[in-house]
Amino acid sequence: MNNGHSFPGRLIAVEGLDGSGKSTQIYLLKRWMEMHNLKVFFTEWNSSLLVKEATRKGKKRQLLTPTTFCLVHATDFADRYERQVLPLLRAGYIVLADRYIYTAFARDIVRGCDPRWVRRLYSFAVVPDITFFFDTPLDVALDRILGGRPKLKYFEAGMDLSLASDPYDSFRLFQGRIYAEYKKMVATEHFMVMDGMLPVEQQQAMVRKFVEPKIDLPSFRWRVRR
Amino acid sequence: MSALKKGKRFYGTTLPGCDPTQLRGKLIVLEGADGSGRSTQVEQLNAWLENLGYGTVNVGLKRSMLVSEELDRAQEGNILSRTTLSLFYATDFADQLENTILPALRAGFIVLADRYIYTLMARDIVRGADPEWVKSLYSIALVPDAVFYLRVSPQQLVERNFKKNTTLDYWESGMDIGLSRDMFTSFIRYQQLMQAQFRRMQEAYGFEVINGNRTPRTIANELRARVQTVLAIPTP
Repeated sequence: MNNGHSFPGRLIAVEGLDGSGKSTQIYLLKRWMEMHNLKVFFTEWNSSLLVKEATRKGKKRQLLTPTTFCLVHATDFADRYERQVLPLLRAGYIVLADRYIYTAFARDIVRGCDPRWVRRLYSFAVVPDITFFFDTPLDVALDRILGGRPKLKYFEAGMDLSLASDPYDSFRLFQGRIYAEYKKMVATEHFMVMDGMLPVEQQQAMVRKFVEPKIDLPSFRWRVRR
Repeated sequence: MSALKKGKRFYGTTLPGCDPTQLRGKLIVLEGADGSGRSTQVEQLNAWLENLGYGTVNVGLKRSMLVSEELDRAQEGNILSRTTLSLFYATDFADQLENTILPALRAGFIVLADRYIYTLMARDIVRGADPEWVKSLYSIALVPDAVFYLRVSPQQLVERNFKKNTTLDYWESGMDIGLSRDMFTSFIRYQQLMQAQFRRMQEAYGFEVINGNRTPRTIANELRARVQTVLAIPTP
């Protein structure tokens, strides 16, 4: 793994299950940095049209195996990484990523890909300076997502794993396995674990307090008035 | 080859959901640059095998259902970065491996591959990818029963490419790497770099090198003789 990058920028990633509140937290972190006039960029993970089409086709026709599912998403990730994340880090931005390589690790390993192979596949990507893991009990995260009875897509529900014939049951089992993979990574990948059950503003205060001593924020101020 | 007796195996871990002992067919790979006569030889080998009564399936690069169209367009526009393009090609390969090659081998067919992972690996490494990363990426591949590498001198390749297409191909000239603004110079240097990579892989992956500078018929005869050994076909 590409430990400790030497780029002038800094990378902060948030990970966690759907419904863990991570997107809210990274959005609030971005707002805070913007209001302090820092060079911050939130990667929206817009894939290029080309890669997106291939992914969509594969998913729609249910053509994907664990290996091709992994590779299609790695291609997508690489595209966004090479076009956005890496140039931003080199240009000295604080880059905020809603989900990063660990999402892929958890998902692909649950699907049965060789963990070592998956990790090496993503070894071109820098390790974040900080990775927050928003830990919400599985039931809570599931209730938040499934409460609205959303229409679950085939791969999203993990239907390809044949865990259950009902998409909602399948989703629950699938997310449970992903959660277990995340928990395994807490120590090995040095996640900063956040209690996703705390009030939003309390979590955000903790996030900011954790970031401040780790990153020399004043050095990321815009030098020129925009 | 010893791989025959030991049965099928993958370079790395066995793919999820695959039982190698069920792969009854044979995987035969032809490698070589554009203009090496590779595709002609695959065609002839295919006809010869069918004539002997073998069921055959042909695979090659950029033929997957999943991403082949997108790969074509990516090449036309030259819009993808290096790692992205590597992974896109790997996706194309994996899709064909799982949806064409493995099912055909299970059904006892002979799979003739018009290029395999080696060209993809050499291209990536020549473009600056970490060799260890590339090796790991393609460790999902099944070890073929035989790999024949048609080696043709770059000078010969130039002549054959002109004969076939009247111009040199942008990618086969490695114009994207910026070796030279001059296409001829770039072509020669790129092909030399590719051959150097193939030489490096030759030992590690056990290629059989075929001198491709000879006539198509001579090459075809040699290939048949070698395939005959691989398939243990008794000489008539």
